[in-house]
Amino acid sequence: MDLRLAPNAIAMSAQEFMAWSRDVMEQLMRASGAKKAIDKITAPIWSWALRNANYPLHFGIACCALEMAAASAPRYDAERLGMIFRSSPRQTDVLIVNGWVTAKLRPDLRRLYEQMAEPRWVVAMGECAISGGPWYDSYNTVQGVDTFIPVDVYIPGCPPRPEAMIDGFMKLHKKINKEMKGTFLEE
Amino acid sequence: MKNRDGLAEGGRTGGTLAKDIADKFPNHVKITKISPNRIFAVVDRLAWLQVATFMKESLGFEHVTSVGGVDWPDQNLMQVVYHITSYANRVTAEMIVDVPRDSPEVDSIALLWGGANWHERETFDMFGIIFKGHPKLERILTPDGTDYFPYRKDFVGGRRI
Repeated sequence: MDLRLAPNAIAMSAQEFMAWSRDVMEQLMRASGAKKAIDKITAPIWSWALRNANYPLHFGIACCALEMAAASAPRYDAERLGMIFRSSPRQTDVLIVNGWVTAKLRPDLRRLYEQMAEPRWVVAMGECAISGGPWYDSYNTVQGVDTFIPVDVYIPGCPPRPEAMIDGFMKLHKKINKEMKGTFLEE
Repeated sequence: MKNRDGLAEGGRTGGTLAKDIADKFPNHVKITKISPNRIFAVVDRLAWLQVATFMKESLGFEHVTSVGGVDWPDQNLMQVVYHITSYANRVTAEMIVDVPRDSPEVDSIALLWGGANWHERETFDMFGIIFKGHPKLERILTPDGTDYFPYRKDFVGGRRI
């Protein structure tokens, strides 16, 4: 709301006054540097928490899902790095697309992505999810998941080994750490 | 109990079963090859439902293993290939029905063997062969609204989806 409305504050409705005062508070926080200071303190904490609890969605499409299963099994034990597979998109941060995406699956996968809460990341695992793989010219295969979902990390391989998948998640950790997003007073 | 050929004791061989089919439909069925566990036959399109009914009711073929198609555009021909198995006799019959490519229609056997239901839907989905009398002949693998049949020879791949 525009601050020039201040002289007319006597004629504001309750909702208008709440919006105006919230606006004043936020601009005060930004201008005085309080937001910056609080972000400086909280952003590393949020980043640490996000990195160590980025739950992937337990959604396997094709043979890369077997590598995903091997990565979460005791030999590789991805759970020690915070990758705990959850079955509901509402509870997850990372969408692993591990396999070819057919034209029939595409709207449902898009919907799964939209059901996930922010912040969310997408990992394209294996050749099929990156570009369509051996079936790039098939009648029903989408040429890469990045044609309809923004992808953060690509893990090449056919299929990538569990170490490669864990390495891709380490890349994602670096990306989260680099963003270091302060969220104070932001939607 | 099995004998030397791997046949069930007291079971019938492919030869005797094929002879029954050929005797019952001398004008519509052409047996092309026989072995103890296999029958290969070409069936007339209009008699196919009667042949299938006879095979199920009288000869004890319990199971449709697969239904598929073959496209021959240069001969203006499509073939529907049925693999029908008798567990009791350990015989698999490969029945081939020729249909013209202009109007690829054949009688459905989904009401005889329930297992043929999805096989026929898939064959319709991939080849566009119409199975008359099928309870629910809709696309099963490709999404609704697909306007091509990908396993036909004149389908051009490589388009961006």
